[in-house]
Amino acid sequence: MNGTQEELTGASRFRPGWLLLPASVWWMVFFVMPLGILAAISFLRPGSPVEWSLTAGNYGRLLDPLLLKVFLRSLVMAAAATAVCLAIGYPMAYFMARQPPRLQKLLYFLTLIPLWANSLALTYAWMVLLRSDGVLERGLRWAGAIGPADDLRLLYTPASVVLGLVYWYLPFMVYPLYASLEKFDWRLLDAAMDLGATRWTALHRVMLPLTMPGIIGGCLLVFIPALGNFVVPQLMGGAKQALIGNVIQERFLSQPQDWPLGSALAMTMMVLVTAAVWAYFRYAREEHALG
Amino acid sequence: MAEARSGVAAEGAEEAPMDRLLRGLLALNAVSAYAFLYLPIAVLILFSFSASRYASVWGGFSFRWYIHLFRDSAVRDALANSLFIAGLASVLATVMGTLLALGLERRRGHRHAARWDAAVTLPILIPDIVQGISLLLFFVLSFSALERLLGWRPTLGRTTVILAHTAFAISYVAVVVRARLAGMSRTLEEAAMDLGATEWQVLHRVTLPLVWPGVLGGGLLAFTLSLDEFVITFFTTGPGATTLPIQVWSMVRRGVTPEINALSSLILILSIVLVTLSLAVQRKR
Repeated sequence: MNGTQEELTGASRFRPGWLLLPASVWWMVFFVMPLGILAAISFLRPGSPVEWSLTAGNYGRLLDPLLLKVFLRSLVMAAAATAVCLAIGYPMAYFMARQPPRLQKLLYFLTLIPLWANSLALTYAWMVLLRSDGVLERGLRWAGAIGPADDLRLLYTPASVVLGLVYWYLPFMVYPLYASLEKFDWRLLDAAMDLGATRWTALHRVMLPLTMPGIIGGCLLVFIPALGNFVVPQLMGGAKQALIGNVIQERFLSQPQDWPLGSALAMTMMVLVTAAVWAYFRYAREEHALG
Repeated sequence: MAEARSGVAAEGAEEAPMDRLLRGLLALNAVSAYAFLYLPIAVLILFSFSASRYASVWGGFSFRWYIHLFRDSAVRDALANSLFIAGLASVLATVMGTLLALGLERRRGHRHAARWDAAVTLPILIPDIVQGISLLLFFVLSFSALERLLGWRPTLGRTTVILAHTAFAISYVAVVVRARLAGMSRTLEEAAMDLGATEWQVLHRVTLPLVWPGVLGGGLLAFTLSLDEFVITFFTTGPGATTLPIQVWSMVRRGVTPEINALSSLILILSIVLVTLSLAVQRKR
């Protein structure tokens, strides 16, 4: 928008370089160094809490069948939550993007609010709704839909964990989807259909590819944090639905502690996340260059 | 995906019954999605005003549990801690984040601009649990180092939480302020320079007043984020530094009670008001 402005006047020449200094120092100390320590500890032997000798064994220990089971469960749960978010979020973003501008702004704002609201309190709200003899069950009983002694056991199931994750991350999916649908040129669909494409083909071959950065971005924003979420499984999943986030947390705060293993788990997660995000940005840039 | 098709109907000249059905489905999906997002909040707030001793039972309207809440000294302490931490962390983050945004704006188009952008987004992207435990390890190890060197061992508490919250909040402030800067014309700054203003005067008298809504919006956002933050706080807090979310966590683990309904409602309303305020301020011209 102000690109031309910039070219005319040159980048604002009066912003000294020291402006970057305070934040950079803070990050070095309280963001980069901690991550460095995490990386270092993931290569130390477990002791009390660590033994100062190097090993790569912690990463080997990640292949423990018990851990793999948790890892697999986390992947499945996070993938399920991502799929549900996409299935609800795409039509939702589509609906938003087709409204008049003022309504669009309002709808967008309404999806933003739960994103910033306290997620712990939101998860708790679902517990009040879903638990045995909770609001939902009492409501159904009052309406005569279930008998007085029926217990639906809605909470503490894999489904309730997925529901909690979907609720927590749905706005994260809608946000990038809406951003790419909002920019989408709707005339392209008409053009495709005028040229003889069916509606399905037009959506599938024109709209879907053009909104792919939004889809991938949304999926990453849901999948990655869902993988490390330990609040939802602990509150809505009970003891049997532990995910990878719970295992990491326990290695540091519960007995027996195992810092190196916990660090190796966290490092693996961080590397996966960084790789995914990096790939996404690369992809988005290439798309941009082509478009 | 099936519902997504219907919107095309709006573009077509004639509206077949099938199109109308699909369009209806699309609207239905949106309405149910918003209901899904807001119903739990509404139910929670409604039941926080229930007089009943049970969390999921309606027993008539009453402020009983809010009064109960304010008499609970643990909750009062947690509120005080939360406000203190969020206040200090958001001020620190706002100052550093704003300076960072101004500094980055100057570097736009430079060779390392993309790397700086990545550095700004990393604290937003890296999962909170990874940031939380890495900070825990960092604090514990540097504290034992301090003990060996100086014979003084600090403990985890409000200070460590403030340091941690500031670290991630800087990024959010920088992103908000940069958005504001991006939409700003450079002419006024240039004019001030041409008229002989020093760098500092331009920053202080021209740039800052112009980006002020972004700074205030970013600061409010940082305050809200710190107030709501659970995971990083969970790992970096210590005895005597319980924040509101930590208090909710420890109460919920003992069971669902009407008191938690009231406390969670209070936190939710507080964060919704603050975020609305932040967004409104950011949009101010």
